[in-house]
Amino acid sequence: MSKDIRIKKGLDIKLIGEADKTVEQAVVSNYITIRPEDFHGVIPKLIAKEGSSVEAGGYLFYDKSNEDIKFVSPVSGKVIEIVRGPKRRIDAIKIEADKAQAFKDYGKLDVSKANAEEVKAHLLDSGCWPFVKQRPYDVIAKPEKSPKAIFISGYASAPLAADLDFTLKGKEAELQAAVSALGKLTEGQVHVSVGKNSNSPLASLSGVTVHKVSGPHPSGNVGTLINKVDPVNKGEVVWTVNAQDLVIIGELLLTGKFNAERIVALVGSSVKKPRYFKTLIGSEVATMIYDNGVEKDANDRIISGNVLSGKQVKPDGALDYYSNVISVIPEGDDYEFFGWTKPVFDKISVSRALTFSWLNPKKKYDLNTNTNGEHRAFVTTGTYEEVFPLDIYPMQVLKACLYKDLDEMEALGMYEVAPEDFALTEFVCVSKQPHQKIIREGLDLMLKEIG
Amino acid sequence: MGLKDKLHDFKVKNKNKKWLPAFSAIHTFLFLPDETTHGGTHIKAADDLKRTMNTVILAMIPCLIFGMFNAGYQHHLALGDIQAASSGFFSSEFWTLDNLTVGLWKILPLVIISYGVGLGIEFLFAILKGHEVEEGYLVTGMLVPLIVPVDIPLWMLAVAVAFGVVIGKEVFGGTGMNILNPALTIRAFLFFAYPTWMSGDKVWVHGAVARDKAIAAGQNLDAISGETILGTLAQGKDVAYSAADMFLGFIPGSVGETSALLILLGGLFLIFTKIGSWRIMLSSVIGAVVMGVIFNQIATAGIVTESSKFYGLMSAPFWEHLIIGGFAFGTVFMATDPVTASQTTRGKWIYGFLVGFISILIRVFNPAYPEGVMLAILLMNVFAPTIDHYVVQGNVKRRLKRVKVKTA
Repeated sequence: MSKDIRIKKGLDIKLIGEADKTVEQAVVSNYITIRPEDFHGVIPKLIAKEGSSVEAGGYLFYDKSNEDIKFVSPVSGKVIEIVRGPKRRIDAIKIEADKAQAFKDYGKLDVSKANAEEVKAHLLDSGCWPFVKQRPYDVIAKPEKSPKAIFISGYASAPLAADLDFTLKGKEAELQAAVSALGKLTEGQVHVSVGKNSNSPLASLSGVTVHKVSGPHPSGNVGTLINKVDPVNKGEVVWTVNAQDLVIIGELLLTGKFNAERIVALVGSSVKKPRYFKTLIGSEVATMIYDNGVEKDANDRIISGNVLSGKQVKPDGALDYYSNVISVIPEGDDYEFFGWTKPVFDKISVSRALTFSWLNPKKKYDLNTNTNGEHRAFVTTGTYEEVFPLDIYPMQVLKACLYKDLDEMEALGMYEVAPEDFALTEFVCVSKQPHQKIIREGLDLMLKEIG
Repeated sequence: MGLKDKLHDFKVKNKNKKWLPAFSAIHTFLFLPDETTHGGTHIKAADDLKRTMNTVILAMIPCLIFGMFNAGYQHHLALGDIQAASSGFFSSEFWTLDNLTVGLWKILPLVIISYGVGLGIEFLFAILKGHEVEEGYLVTGMLVPLIVPVDIPLWMLAVAVAFGVVIGKEVFGGTGMNILNPALTIRAFLFFAYPTWMSGDKVWVHGAVARDKAIAAGQNLDAISGETILGTLAQGKDVAYSAADMFLGFIPGSVGETSALLILLGGLFLIFTKIGSWRIMLSSVIGAVVMGVIFNQIATAGIVTESSKFYGLMSAPFWEHLIIGGFAFGTVFMATDPVTASQTTRGKWIYGFLVGFISILIRVFNPAYPEGVMLAILLMNVFAPTIDHYVVQGNVKRRLKRVKVKTA
C-alpha cells in the first residue's frame, strides 16, 4: 500500500559540500566515546567501571529510571575514562578499542516465531532499545507502553543529509528483520516514508505502509510524516526509529551481534572531498575529517549531525549515537561592514529584502556559522508558517513554551513535535530566537509535570 | 589596526560597563556582529530585524521626499506664488528647489526630533534594563514625521514621542511586546492633547497659522486656507481637486500621507520583499471599498439626503476614499505592523478587513474630525489578540476533535 504525501511549505537549504557516492573504510578509531547526553533525559547508572573490559555489545550503563533500558559498547576494549562534569554527572565514557574485536553473542531471534514480549525483551537486553524513540517528548521510548504506530523516515531532506537510498543499499535483509520485529510491538502500522522518485530499499519491505513524500525540507522529517499520517493525540504514543539504525537492529536479530557499524556522510563546504565513510558509533571524528577533508588549523565548525540540528564537536570529539552525518562548515566569527543593510547575494533568505537568493533557487551556498544579526524579541509574523508544514501554530507554541503554560502547550500540539521540527523556523527567524532549545525545554517541562 | 579591530577591542575591554548597549547599538549599525550560533541551528538565514526595519524605511523614503516638495508646493500655492501643477506627476511647478527648501526647513526638524527623542529614550531604557537596543523605533521614528501636520510645534512632537515610546511601548517591555502601534499612539496623543494643531483648516499648509495670527494682529492680508479634501467633503462643499491630484498627492494633508501613488509603490515593494503583509493590505482595501459602496448606496437611495451633514462624505465615490486622507498610508505602513496586527494568516484577513471597514465608517460619522484611519487601526490593534485567539482556538478544537473521533 502506498500513499503520497506532498509538502508545499518548507525550504530546501542548498549548501556546497554534498557527499560523493563513494564509501571509504574509515581509519579504525582507537578510542570510542559514548556521551550520555545523546540520550536525552537518561540518567546513566554505570555497569562497566573504569578499568574494566567490555565486549562489543557489552553493557556500559543503564537508565536510572528504567533498569531494562541498557546501553552497550560499540567496540570491545577497556573503559579507560569516565569523564565527569559538575555534581559528578557522567559526561562521557571513553573506551580504548582492542586490536581484535570480540562480540557479545545475544543469539539469533526468529522474528516470525517470536511474540511481542520476546522481541521487546531481546531488543532491551541487547542494547538496541535506545534506537527506538517516542513522541511525545522525543525521548527513548518507554517499553511498557505500546505505541499506536511506528514511524520511520527513509527520506533525508535536511541540508547535506546522507542519502539513505545509498547508505541502506544491500541491507534489505537487516531492514526487513528490523521492521518485522518492530511491527510486533505495535497494534497499529509501521509507516515508512521514501522519496517520491527514489529507489529506496525500504520501499520493497513487507509488513509496512510506504508513503512517498515529496517537497522541500522538512518533508523527510519523521515529525512531518507523523503529522500528515496519524498525529499524536493526548495520551497516545508513537515510536520513531532512524532508518540507518534499523540496520543495526536487523543485524542483531539475524546474527546475534551488536554491530555498531554505520555509513556516515562527511559533508560541508570546508571538506575538500566530501564522501561517505564506514565507521562505528562513537568514533573520533578526527579519524575521518583530515584525510582529503579539512585543513588542520582552519577556523571551522565540526558538527556531528546536520547543520540544522547537529551537535558541535571538537576534532577529538565523537560521532554521536544517532547521527549519520558529519558536517564541517566555516566559523563566522567576523564582523561585516554594514552587513545588515547591504544587498546580500551569498546567503540564503526567505525574504527579498535586498537579499537575492530568490533570483537563483538552484544555487548552492557556502554558509558559515554567523548569526547574521542579534537576538531580539519576536516581531515579524507569517515567516515561520511558510517553512512549517505541520498543522500547528509555530509562534504560538513557542510563546506558550516561553511562558510555561502547560495547558496551552498541550492544546497547541506539543505532544506532536520534536525540537528538530522547529529547525527551519529557527533558521529563518528574523529575531534569531533559539526555537529548538525553547521546544526542548518546553517538552522537558511537560515530561516533568505531566509525564 | 583598522576600525573593525579597534571597535572590537573597545567592546571586549568594556564588556561589563552598563552603557555598553548604547555602544553596541552604534557598533552593530556599522558592522554586522561577529556572533556565531551555538546550541541550535548552526547556520542562519540572512535576515535580521535591522534589515527588516530598514526595508520598511526604504519603502517610506519616496513618501518623505514627496512630502517635502509638497509642503513647499502647498505653501507657495496658497500664497499665490505659483500655479497649480498641471502636467501630471512630473509637473515643473511641483519639483522645484523653492518647494524643496521649504520642505527641508520644515520637515527635517520633525525627523530629527522624532528620532532624537525616541532613540534617546530607547537607549536609556536599554541601559537601565541591560538589554540591547532593539530596532523597533527605526520605523516608528520615520512614521511619526510623515503622519503629522507640517506646522506642528516641535516641542509638542517631542512630548508626544516621549509619551508614545514610554507609555505605548516601553511599559509593555519594549519592541515586540506593545499592544498599540507606537507611531499611532504618538499621533493619538497629539490629537487628543492638542486638537487645534491636529485638525481644522489651518494646520495642513505651512504658514497658515502664522498668517492667521498676523491677521488677528491687524495686518491686512488674505487668510490661507488649506483644508483637506475630507474636511471639504464633511462640510458638504465642492472639492477643488481632481482625482489625479488626489492620486498623485498634490493635496494638503499630513506630511507623507498625500501621494497614494508613492504609497502604492511602497506597498508593492513591501509585498515583493515579503516584509509587509499583502493579506492585511488587500483585505483593508476590500473592507474600505465595501463600506464605501454601502454608503454610496445609502446616499443614492435617498435614505440620507443632501440636508444631512453626512451626505458629503457618504456620497463621495467609494474609490475616492482610498486615495484621500490617511487611508492608503495607514493601510500600507501602519496596519501591517506585525507586532500590533493579527499574527495568524486567517486573523490577518479579518483584521485587515475591519481596519478598512471601520476606517471609512469613522471617517464618515466622526463629527469633529473627518478621518478615521488612526482610530480604526488603534481599535483593531486592541482586538487583534482576540481575533488571533479565536483563529488559534479553531486549531485547538480540530485537535480535540481528532481525539473524540477516535474514542467514539
